[in-house]
Amino acid sequence: MSGPNTDYDPVEVAAVSPAEVEAARDAALAAIAAAADLEQLKAVRTQHAGDRSPLALANREIGALPPQARKEAGQRVGQARGAVSQALAKRQAELEAEHEARILVEESVDVTLPTDRDPVGARHPLTTGAELIADIFVAMGWEVAEGPVIEAEWLNFDALNLGPDHPARTMQDTFWTEPADNHIVLRTHTSPVQARTMLTRTPPIYVVCPGRVFRTDEYDATHSPMFHQVEGLAIDEGISMAHLKGTLDHFATSMFGEGITTRFRPSFFPFTEPSAEVDLICFVCRGSGLDDDRSGACRTCRGEGWIEWGGCGIVNPRVLQACGVDSSRYSGFAFGMGIDRTLMFRHGLEDLRALFEGDVRFTTAFGSEL
Amino acid sequence: MKAPVSWIREYVDLPAEVSTEALTDRLTALGLKLEGIVAAGAEIQGPLVVGRVLTKEPEPQKNGKVINWCTVDVGAANGTGEPQGIVCGAHNFEPGDLVVVVLPGGVLPGGFEISARKTYGHVSAGMICSAPELGLTGDGAGIIVLPPDAGRPGDDAFDLLGLGEEVVEFEINPDRAYALSLRGIAREAALGFDVPFRDPADRPLPDVDGKAWEVNVDDPVGCPVFAARLVSGFDPTRPTPEFMKHRVEQAGMRSISLAVDITNYVMLELGQPIHGYDADRVAGALGVRRAHDGERLATLDDTVRELSTEDLVITDDSGPIGLAGVMGGATTEMSATTTRILIEAAHWDAVSMFRTGKRHRLISEAGKRNERGVDPLLPGVAADRVVELLVQHGGAIAEPGFTLVGSAPERPTITIATELPARLSGIAISAMTTVEQLRAIGASVTEHEQGSIDVVPPTWRPDINAPYDLVEEVVRIVGYDQVPSVLPRRATGRGLTRTQRLRRRIGRVLSGAGCVEVISFPFVGEATFDRLGLPADDPLRKTIGLANPLSTEEPAYTTTLLPGLLEAAGRNVGRGAPGVALFETGTVAFPSDNGPAPIYGVHTRPSDAELEKLVEALPVQPQHLGVVLAGERTRAGWWGPGTTAGWSDALAVVRRLADDLGVTVDVAAAARMPWHPGRCAVITIEDVEIGHAGELHPNVCKAFGLPARSAAAEIDLDALMAAAVDVPPGPVFSTMPVAKEDVALVVDAGVPVTAVEAALREGAGDLLESVRLFDVYTGEQIGSGKKSLAFALRFRALDRTLTEAEAGAARDAAVAVAAERVGAVQR
Ligand SMILES: [Zn+2]
Repeated sequence: MSGPNTDYDPVEVAAVSPAEVEAARDAALAAIAAAADLEQLKAVRTQHAGDRSPLALANREIGALPPQARKEAGQRVGQARGAVSQALAKRQAELEAEHEARILVEESVDVTLPTDRDPVGARHPLTTGAELIADIFVAMGWEVAEGPVIEAEWLNFDALNLGPDHPARTMQDTFWTEPADNHIVLRTHTSPVQARTMLTRTPPIYVVCPGRVFRTDEYDATHSPMFHQVEGLAIDEGISMAHLKGTLDHFATSMFGEGITTRFRPSFFPFTEPSAEVDLICFVCRGSGLDDDRSGACRTCRGEGWIEWGGCGIVNPRVLQACGVDSSRYSGFAFGMGIDRTLMFRHGLEDLRALFEGDVRFTTAFGSEL
Repeated sequence: MKAPVSWIREYVDLPAEVSTEALTDRLTALGLKLEGIVAAGAEIQGPLVVGRVLTKEPEPQKNGKVINWCTVDVGAANGTGEPQGIVCGAHNFEPGDLVVVVLPGGVLPGGFEISARKTYGHVSAGMICSAPELGLTGDGAGIIVLPPDAGRPGDDAFDLLGLGEEVVEFEINPDRAYALSLRGIAREAALGFDVPFRDPADRPLPDVDGKAWEVNVDDPVGCPVFAARLVSGFDPTRPTPEFMKHRVEQAGMRSISLAVDITNYVMLELGQPIHGYDADRVAGALGVRRAHDGERLATLDDTVRELSTEDLVITDDSGPIGLAGVMGGATTEMSATTTRILIEAAHWDAVSMFRTGKRHRLISEAGKRNERGVDPLLPGVAADRVVELLVQHGGAIAEPGFTLVGSAPERPTITIATELPARLSGIAISAMTTVEQLRAIGASVTEHEQGSIDVVPPTWRPDINAPYDLVEEVVRIVGYDQVPSVLPRRATGRGLTRTQRLRRRIGRVLSGAGCVEVISFPFVGEATFDRLGLPADDPLRKTIGLANPLSTEEPAYTTTLLPGLLEAAGRNVGRGAPGVALFETGTVAFPSDNGPAPIYGVHTRPSDAELEKLVEALPVQPQHLGVVLAGERTRAGWWGPGTTAGWSDALAVVRRLADDLGVTVDVAAAARMPWHPGRCAVITIEDVEIGHAGELHPNVCKAFGLPARSAAAEIDLDALMAAAVDVPPGPVFSTMPVAKEDVALVVDAGVPVTAVEAALREGAGDLLESVRLFDVYTGEQIGSGKKSLAFALRFRALDRTLTEAEAGAARDAAVAVAAERVGAVQR
């Protein structure tokens, strides 16, 4: 039996009545549903679920009830409070989600704004082009050989069977360093690298030599006093023109695509015998000589179907002899072509000078690799 | 070499169905590269006819010009048979002359349509043509006047003028000098189509009696064969027959006079250069010798030439009268009154010819052939052929006597294995084919039982001297297109070298840093160094000079990459680029002063010591890296302001590269042109200088058209690459929490940050993970001549979380060392 309860409040006792609890619960649920944002929901929480809310007060009254009524009232108030608290949590989650979604909407930007803040760099197409070529040969097991651009006359000419009366040795073609009787030239081809390789290594030799070379050509759209060559040299037992053809076909196909191979025409180079000019099937018209709509001549090969690519041949035994290779045991082949010229027709460049002007608009157009 | 197709066909039985294209394709496959096929006048459309000038009335015009109003009989070609009225501006003809007339409706080269039109007060119904108007070679000084017996008015003029005839032009390689003649080209055509060849040199010759003219050859090495013949009674007024004139012109030479045209015609036909003398102007016996010191000769081109003792000359009693094999002399030149002609055809040493041509800068048709090598059996034949033509067309009388001094040098016998062509070409070529094809080119072949043959090359092939030369002959006839495509399989390379890999890496790092690679010409001059502001004694001015530079302004190989880079940067700025960052890697060169590079023989390999000497004589040629940054470095935009390139950007690029390669570089203040004296850093690796970086001197910016504060760097790339770490050790780092300590230190303004930082590092000890300067302050608060440096220190131990006390102690130790070393005072 309970004694007098100083907290006893007849009004609040009445609130524990089922109807009052239901009313308080419904009022709370309605207010929760009506809360439009997290701020309002916070007020609703205080009003309907806070310490001074009707249901909290009712809960406090339960203890004052007779034991038989306490259980029933406890259940009733507990259920009501549970429903309110669930509704609050649910509404809180809803409003938070809405709030976050609204922030994301408010934070939207114009994604079409420019983003070109950082400077753009690029490597020169002659550099990456030479690397592309080197990689094709390295993949075949060849090595890349290099040498100085200012070279001894003997290595640039004599050792390569370009005798003292060879026309290329005149002042008209070759840059000579001062004094001219120092016998030092700006190399006119990368062939002295081949000579150096033969002089310092023993066969088998499979090297490709890309590099910068010089001739006393006036500078215009198709000539330059400085340009770039790649030459190849293979010295081994049993080397024949068939290996030369195989290697150049492989090179052409790797660089220009499936089906693009080469043909040989007889020619003359002191370094090689037999010698050949090597032509490439035009990679644009694929040898037809016709342009895209097949009505006019292909612009890349000027209707020929073939592009002149370079020179090649079997290494002249005199060269092997001067470079200390036993020509009775070994034979070799060599080839050479212009890298600049190859890039010009590969990319449809009209003016060679664009390669040496340093205009960044030219270089960046090639991206980071060819 | 240009050759009319009909002339080629004269010596070879080519089937009629072989088109000119098929012929040139086959010859190209044999090694005579087609340059082009031209048919003179192919664009011309008729009617183009022979006309006879009936009347010619000169009519002076107001503009001072005189035109001729002519009537011309063109037979029935105009449909009426009436004379045709034509206005003509030329004056080199008279009534009665035969001329070439294009009638209205005709079209001349260039699409020039002819119609009857009013001009100078007349209706001109057609045009009297000059050679250039028809696309023919000729002096163009007037209209074409045909020989009186050329034809009748109204005759078609096409064939008469050799119009429409196809002329093929070949590029002749130096080893195929024999193809600088119709004889040689026809021989190749016969070879290509396996049809008979009629050798124009195959003619009976009179017995040699030495009585044509006395000839004394003092230098049989320079002149192994000398033939002379004499004709008299030649009529110098006779014109060159049309066929000969056309052929000479179609072959690209000028028609000059009958006697000269005949010598040129025979040279084109056979390949043997011939010289004709006015026999009445030759005094005494002809001699052949090297010129004496100080001798001079007036050649046919009106030039007086100082002769060298290496020059071969032809002499008479008066001294030199011709530069042998290259050009005749003026004193014995044939003229319009010459009736006795002494004909010389000789075989000359090719090297002598080349040197003389080069020495006197003389390029002549004769020299071109003599310096490449002519068939030594030809002199007597060619002289006889000239006599024949002089008699036939010039009314001359062949004088008895045939002088032929010397004999053709012996050809070598070359022994090869019959399987050599197959082995070197990779084509299955039988021994029989090898023998057949070598005989087809004119070689004599003796077969041995043990699979080898002795081959004597033909006299017209001085280029064939060794086994591989014979291989080329066999393979080109079998066909280069028969060479199979087989990859060699024995290459076992180890990939790129260290240097090659590093260079690629360097290019990637720099382009990744926003720099664009350029490739510049390496030519410089004093003015270039002046623009860089280099002092007069700067070592960079000690260059390697070029004996024959393209420009006298830039006569040397560069010692620095900066000029090319700065010019390229200036070019970009000049073209409107708001900013530009460029780099270049390339060779610079410094004289080695080790004397001349030796020239060794080529019959054996030079010794290692000899090769070393060769290499030592070469200039020192290091690889350098140059960088230039000008104007906008990062761009301004909606995100905020951008940055402008300055001294620190140049250093940043160098440091970024060094970091990537694992190289520690040190930086210190330096003063060196072309940099700003207060904003230039010397870069070192372990106290060895590798280059400089910083802001360019304002004068240099101006000189190259660059914005103020542009920056640049140049370093020795070889030195940097040598120091690169090949195999970076795996890094060890702690995952424990970091302890951060910031310190602000006041030091004298002149103390470099790197010194303060080094002191902090030393004092902080092993617990220090990193130190980074994050602010620099100068101002009244700390007093003048001082600066305050704010550093962020991060401490971390590998095995534990540091206590505040540990971190604090390490910081204090760092500050203490800074205080001791550089007088730093903590704020
Ligand atoms: Zn094409």
